[in-house]
Order: sequence, then structure tokens, then C-alpha cells
Amino acid sequence: MSEVLNFHFDVDHEDFTSAGQASVQVKKNLRQLGLPPEIIRRVSIAMYEGEINMVIHAGGGTADVNVTEDYIEIILKDHGPGIKDIDQAMQEGFSTATDTIRSLGFGAGMGLPNMKRYTDYMTVQSVVGEGTDITMRVNIN
Amino acid sequence: MTVGKLSGTEFFAPVVITEPNREIDGVYIGDLLSWVMGRASSGNAWITIMSNVNILAVASLADTACIILAENVALEQDVIETAKQKNINIISSPVGMYETAVMLSTLL
Repeated sequence: MSEVLNFHFDVDHEDFTSAGQASVQVKKNLRQLGLPPEIIRRVSIAMYEGEINMVIHAGGGTADVNVTEDYIEIILKDHGPGIKDIDQAMQEGFSTATDTIRSLGFGAGMGLPNMKRYTDYMTVQSVVGEGTDITMRVNIN
Repeated sequence: MTVGKLSGTEFFAPVVITEPNREIDGVYIGDLLSWVMGRASSGNAWITIMSNVNILAVASLADTACIILAENVALEQDVIETAKQKNINIISSPVGMYETAVMLSTLL
């Protein structure tokens, strides 16, 4: 596997109750590629958290998953409100989700921390009023 | 113990069983979905009272062996249909999460 495989997804903001479809699809695709189950689990959980964040906070966005020989890369881009204080957002338990979102079981303030926990590399670039770009990588070996 | 065997015990009731041979190797309890995804291990039975469709994605991505709905929590028909499509095992328990866990500790 010397070339990069890319999967692109548009994350629909109106699809809140069934959000996670892109992550489930990625899981399927990675399974077909025969990657180790624990790698697949880490990638799909990190991606799901990012997907949910884009749906809850940013009105949707795009997700690109690149599979290389050495790592799996997830690039998330949205044009939402941006993150004012990234350090604060990275803390477990910090959340700006509404009560409605919380009643569905989200908004625990674990999204970004989980993304960091399950990946080997993560960067968050955000401009208030413009949007957020997140890149994550999970090493295969 | 397998999911199929657990769902066949007198105490629990099967809701959706698509992979009866899946082995349960532990238990996780929680209702906050991100918390569950961060802490539950692959192969766990996940006890919850949440019933919206998002639990299916969480169970699938965290690779839990089954969802156990405590307190006889019922699922909408469309959630049941989606669970069948996505191969998610779901079992119902008539009692609360604590009592459900106690029962599991005697069975597993």
C-alpha cells in the first residue's frame, strides 16, 4: 500500500439524530483494508467525536480520511463559530453544549479530550468567527 | 459468556441479537456517550438508560459486545430496525443499572 487512499465526507448539520454515519462508514472501509481492530477503533472514535462536534457546534463541515502506509490521518474542517480558548476546550468536562444536546447524552466535555486520547498526533487551529480545522493521526505501527 | 447465552437467561430479554456468539469480557455503565466511548473497552457489555439512535453509533464505534437497556427502557421501532442493520446486540433488563450489574457479576 504505497499510495494514499482518501475518503471524503460532507457532515450534514441537519442530520443530528443519526450523526456518526461518516465514522461508521470509515470503520467499514478500514475493516475492508484489513487494518488491526484497535487501530480502527481509535480512528473511528476520534472521528465520531469530531463529527459530533461539527454537528453540534459548527453546522456541519467536511471530513477527509487519508490512509497511508504509516498512519491514518483525519482532517476535519468547519466554518462554525470557532473555539475561543482551545486549552479550555481541551479540558475534560468543559462543554458549551445546550441542555437539549445534553439530554441526548452528548455535551459531557469529552469530545476533544477523547480525540487527543485516541490519536498519536493532533492539532487544532481555530479562528473565532471563521471556523476550526483539526488534524489527527493514528500511527499504524 | 456470550451475548446469546446472556439474553437467553431468565433475567434478561433479547431486543436485537445479530451476533449471538460475541463474547462479553467486562461491563461498563454510563449514559454520557463520549464518556462511554472514552472508557468502555472493546467487548464490554454496556449498561445504559439512553435510548436514542446515537447509542447505536457509540456501541458500534466503541465495539462493545452488547447494549443492555436497564429499567425496561424501550426503543422506538426505527432504532430497533437500525440496530438490526448495523449488527448491534441489544438486551433488556427489568431492573436498574446497579442491580443489572450485580446480576451480571454473578453470571459472567
